Amino acid sequence: MTPLLQVRGIEKRYGARIGCTGVSFDLYPGEVMGIVGESGSGKSTLLSCLAGHLAPDQGQVIFDTRAKGPVDTVTMAEPERRMLARTDWAFVHQNPRDGLRMGVSAGGNVGERLMAVGARNYGQIRSSAEDWLGRVEIAADRIDDRPAAFSGGMQQRLQIARNLVTGPRLVFMDEPTGGLDVSVQARLLDLLRGLVRRLGLSAVIVTHDLAVVRLLADRLMVMKGGLVVETGLTDQVLDDPQHAYTQLLVSSVLQV
Amino acid sequence: MTDPVTDPVIHLEGVAKTFTLHNQGSAVIPVMEGAELSVHAGECVGLIGASGAGKSTLMRMIWGNYLAAAGTILVAGTDVAKAEPREILALRRGRLGYVSQFLRVVPRVPTLDVVAEPLLVLGVPEAEARARAADLLARLRIPERLWSLSPTTFSGGEQQRVNIARGFAHTCPALLLDEPTASLDAANRETVLGLIEEAKARGAAIIGIFHDEAARSRVCDRVVNVSDFTPKAA
Repeated sequence: MTPLLQVRGIEKRYGARIGCTGVSFDLYPGEVMGIVGESGSGKSTLLSCLAGHLAPDQGQVIFDTRAKGPVDTVTMAEPERRMLARTDWAFVHQNPRDGLRMGVSAGGNVGERLMAVGARNYGQIRSSAEDWLGRVEIAADRIDDRPAAFSGGMQQRLQIARNLVTGPRLVFMDEPTGGLDVSVQARLLDLLRGLVRRLGLSAVIVTHDLAVVRLLADRLMVMKGGLVVETGLTDQVLDDPQHAYTQLLVSSVLQV
Repeated sequence: MTDPVTDPVIHLEGVAKTFTLHNQGSAVIPVMEGAELSVHAGECVGLIGASGAGKSTLMRMIWGNYLAAAGTILVAGTDVAKAEPREILALRRGRLGYVSQFLRVVPRVPTLDVVAEPLLVLGVPEAEARARAADLLARLRIPERLWSLSPTTFSGGEQQRVNIARGFAHTCPALLLDEPTASLDAANRETVLGLIEEAKARGAAIIGIFHDEAARSRVCDRVVNVSDFTPKAA
């Protein structure tokens, strides 16, 4: 089986400071990988490099494209990479305001991504938008409301609908449940798990919440100071951590 | 050549385990060495030994959430001690089941879905998976009115029965049971022992930890004392 994503030696520096360095891994179709670490560990920098929001200084991010097979997205032409970002990739931001257009209706937010890949039939766009709002448990009568009128949890679910409507194969998530209260988090986790299973999505999830990765991620990567200090099966890394930093991280948490 | 009829489903050889506590003066604690174990299809082996002897540690190494320091842990064709995470995940999806003492689920998910999930992951149609889940929950005497609620609010014994239902939902060729009858009343204990006997009859290879001696002697064909694998003091 060809990995969906092959990451090779990714490095990003901010001047003399290291953002992240020497990161390599393979992600297979249907796999969910969690990246954990404290603030400043380089996990968000890495995610930005993987998703093409930041240009890494070194390394390759090879994605198995539908048309041409594995292609390095770092050296790919900008229009091609943007097309990937609109079709096969999705990016769920921590703050839904970064991933939504706040002045456009909920239905419009979902429909816009379809139009960006060439959908033109208004009736079909609206019915896809309705279908997706339903899947993320947003009532159909809210379709014409703007996201500004939604709660934080609803905004996050709307952002997920907007991202998944084009049937991506790879989803990048940056603290998808951060900033939500616990019961809303649970609802979102349930939703994400169901979607990952039913759609066979692969995902890379950055979070500092070990309980979230325990429930969502198959595999785990632990980062500290821009380096990957430990990788493995999620429950193995959490139950039998090998690296000093991971042991500290796991023992510092109340109940994971 | 491997022979599915005579080769063991679970086979451990030379398995060792050490814990290194980096944040406590890098203390290295050897807890197990030279562990050997073979379980054939249709057989149930009980792990015995004093508390702290390493029964759960050995079971966790077989499940793959503890890393073995040495040795081979062959389970239904996969060497857990050396396998890639995705190989272990594939093993857990289809061939290796585990009933742990703790129920870990996403809050808010209905009990019926929690139990059906291992089948849904394997692509079993939803109606069929739910029917199987409902059958198990009914056998384990979880009242139907609770099936639509999340098990996170259930009592300890109810949670344990949900965990057992989940563990038995898919008919795995290899099964790990950590204290499956602890804290169950007589009727439910009987049901669980019945489930274990059915699993053996269909050819599952089972490793169990039972503090309940009567249960152990009823379902286990033999026992292995994990104290035999305790490293000798140098």
